[in-house]
Amino acid sequence: MLALTNVLRAFGGVKAVDDATFTVERGEVHGLIGPNGAGKTTLLNLISGLMPPTSGSISLDGKRVDRLPPQKVAALGISRTYQNIRLFAGLSAVDNVVVGQHLRRHSPFFKRIIPLPAARAEEAAARAKAMEGLSRVGLRERALTPASSLSYGEQRRVEIARALAAEPKLLLLDEPTAGMNPPEAFEVARLVREVAKEGRSVLLVEHNVRLVMELCDRITVLNFGKVIARGTPAEVGKDPAVIAAYLGDGA
Amino acid sequence: MGQQILNGLFVGSIYALFAVGYTLVFGVLDILNLAHQAVFMLCAFIALALVESLHLSIWVALPLAILAGGLIGIGLERLAFRPLRGRAGSNISGLISSLAMATVFEAIAAQIFGPDISRFPQGTFPDVQWHPGEATVSLLQICIAGISVLLMAVLTWLLQRTRLGRSIRAVAENPRAARILGIDVDKVISVSFFLSSALAGAAGVLFGLAFNSMSPDVGRSVELKGLAVIILGGMGSVPGAVIAGFAIGLVEVFTVAHVGSSYRDIVSFAVLFIVLVARPRGLFGQIATREA
Amino acid sequence: MEDFYLAYQSLIAFVGINSLLALSVYATLSCGQLSLANAGFMAIGAYTGALLTLHAPQVPFAFVLMASAALPAIVAVPLGLPVLRLRGVFLAIATIGFGEVVRLGFVNWDYTEGAIGLVGIPQRTKPWILWLCVALVVYLLGRLRGSRTGYALEAIREDETAARTMGIETTAYKMAMLCLGAAIAGLAGALEAHFTFIVSPAGYGFGRVVDMLVQAVVGGTALFIGPVVGATFLTILPEILRELGARVGLAPGPFRLFLNGVILLAVILYLPDGIISLPKRLRSSRKRKAA
Repeated sequence: MLALTNVLRAFGGVKAVDDATFTVERGEVHGLIGPNGAGKTTLLNLISGLMPPTSGSISLDGKRVDRLPPQKVAALGISRTYQNIRLFAGLSAVDNVVVGQHLRRHSPFFKRIIPLPAARAEEAAARAKAMEGLSRVGLRERALTPASSLSYGEQRRVEIARALAAEPKLLLLDEPTAGMNPPEAFEVARLVREVAKEGRSVLLVEHNVRLVMELCDRITVLNFGKVIARGTPAEVGKDPAVIAAYLGDGA
Repeated sequence: MGQQILNGLFVGSIYALFAVGYTLVFGVLDILNLAHQAVFMLCAFIALALVESLHLSIWVALPLAILAGGLIGIGLERLAFRPLRGRAGSNISGLISSLAMATVFEAIAAQIFGPDISRFPQGTFPDVQWHPGEATVSLLQICIAGISVLLMAVLTWLLQRTRLGRSIRAVAENPRAARILGIDVDKVISVSFFLSSALAGAAGVLFGLAFNSMSPDVGRSVELKGLAVIILGGMGSVPGAVIAGFAIGLVEVFTVAHVGSSYRDIVSFAVLFIVLVARPRGLFGQIATREA
Repeated sequence: MEDFYLAYQSLIAFVGINSLLALSVYATLSCGQLSLANAGFMAIGAYTGALLTLHAPQVPFAFVLMASAALPAIVAVPLGLPVLRLRGVFLAIATIGFGEVVRLGFVNWDYTEGAIGLVGIPQRTKPWILWLCVALVVYLLGRLRGSRTGYALEAIREDETAARTMGIETTAYKMAMLCLGAAIAGLAGALEAHFTFIVSPAGYGFGRVVDMLVQAVVGGTALFIGPVVGATFLTILPEILRELGARVGLAPGPFRLFLNGVILLAVILYLPDGIISLPKRLRSSRKRKAA
């Protein structure tokens, strides 16, 4: 479904992503791991359209997305979270999720100018759906709390709910369990499995290697921007290049 | 032709002097200090008061007014900028709080000196003129250009060659890193405001002498002209502001001579607009003007 | 009551006009963009309205007002295409440049009597027309809140990049709000021109857009009602305090200016969400005291 072919991104002389080629299939949980500075976040930025690759191509369901602006990429069904959480800090948790529904709502503004019952019903439905989304990440009670007052782990979960509200084909998660305690991380893992069962693909950047090994169908390992291994968790775990990269980095 | 070039250089030297301070604060704080023009205006009036009421020579009044400008700058930073530091969206609220201070300064000047035009008493500056070829040059004009260039040279030397200058540049580059390196960021910002406002003050006094007509809103037109200069020069770039100041001064004088005096201001705003749209970094700027 | 109204008729009208102007600045601020082109848009609206009324008096006033709102909105499109890509302060500077070019353009345009401007415009702005316009604009901006569009605007204001990755066409929304702000400013310009009998470039300088911004910010820009509160407060307050200032021997002009500055500074430092956040502030501080 998502296919990267020879993707390269250079900053000045440094190649942050160097000739990356891999695919993510429908309904698959795909792990993207590698030592710090391996280019994982850059890769997510390339896929979500925040920056164009220097060369190579990225396509979703056979359609090129690598020259599209982020809003067009999102419209094609790619949704994401951020390593350094980017919630709308001034909005409440539930309002953040409502914003996430933007692509799924059809409510032209002129209908609202005259307060038609249909428009009002659509809004109530949107809100109810957002509450459902929050329940799914276990934050129903925190719905009206401003995003900036939520705990770190709660903010990450709201971000996931916001990304899911767009009903994406592909969900990009950038270190979704960073700063979470083990029960919280476990909940996120359960949610990721559930999302995959709905037929959505998940591309997961994660530092918690154990979680990745348990959760992912396949794994791609990056080091210094290059793909050094890919395969099932079992295959990757045995790969000498991977072991060397991790041990060499002291991680 | 020669006369026009000379006039352009005199006006340009004042614009440049005004703009280097403007751009310095922008470079350090990423904030547009809209009270810069009010400090410019206040210092012109302070010099006037010193000359008129205390009968001081302009050569004593000028440095005193410059010092006063610097001190006003420190106060301005304490009152209007420091409390906002670290707040979300602080560069827009900083713009607004500096606007508030500009209004207060204008009100104070209007209360003390009246809303009408004030002038330096006759004989404040010796009226000496020369006539090289077809042109006319006065001692005042030469002093204005000379003092401006001298002050800008001192500022450049300060920024490039001293420890203080290195600290200022470090804060402009990256305040967080500067703090980690042990630089007292608050102090550096205070000093930048002192320098910036002292230069605004110098420009104000020289402007007042050159045109001999001051009113509490005299800074406003210079402020907008100053914007054109710092955009053309590149936000945060001191050498850029110097060159752009002279360039805008020359362009203005030539517009008046060849197109018509009512088109003078349009040219600088058109330059401002075109530069922002076509080459937002200006001639020498490094600061990103667009969202990543 | 009637005496009161007659005595303060023009003050009340200026409350309405200033409310519209503050709302025009709010329109772009609501998606986080500080555009200072609105004095220019106001000028375009005022001249459009005045020229129509003077040269084609048979045209109904409603149509005059619509044209005065439409023309600035159209001009806003080619302006917005390049400048909306600029970040924060640079957008403000570019739009200041635009506003000044418009003003100086009118100064140099002989057809509109240059710096003198147009005089003898019939007074067609009746109080009910003015307040109907204010009500319409307030209603429109109020309805935005809670709609899909309203949520998109708030998202852009909070974090433009994150908004784009949610599929929000940020440029289109920013452009729409720039045009809406231009239309409101143009409408206010035409209403003012048909109230004060004159249009002159001096009325549309940098100082004018600063007034609009100050009123919007003092009232509060988190909610559409804020700019109306701010405009009302800052239009009426100087009138009340003028006498007070005169009693202690302060000239009315400087005193008004001084107050404006001090109020603005106090609001930005201590009440960053404006006057409309005051009740909430008081409630929470009382709660803290009680606890």
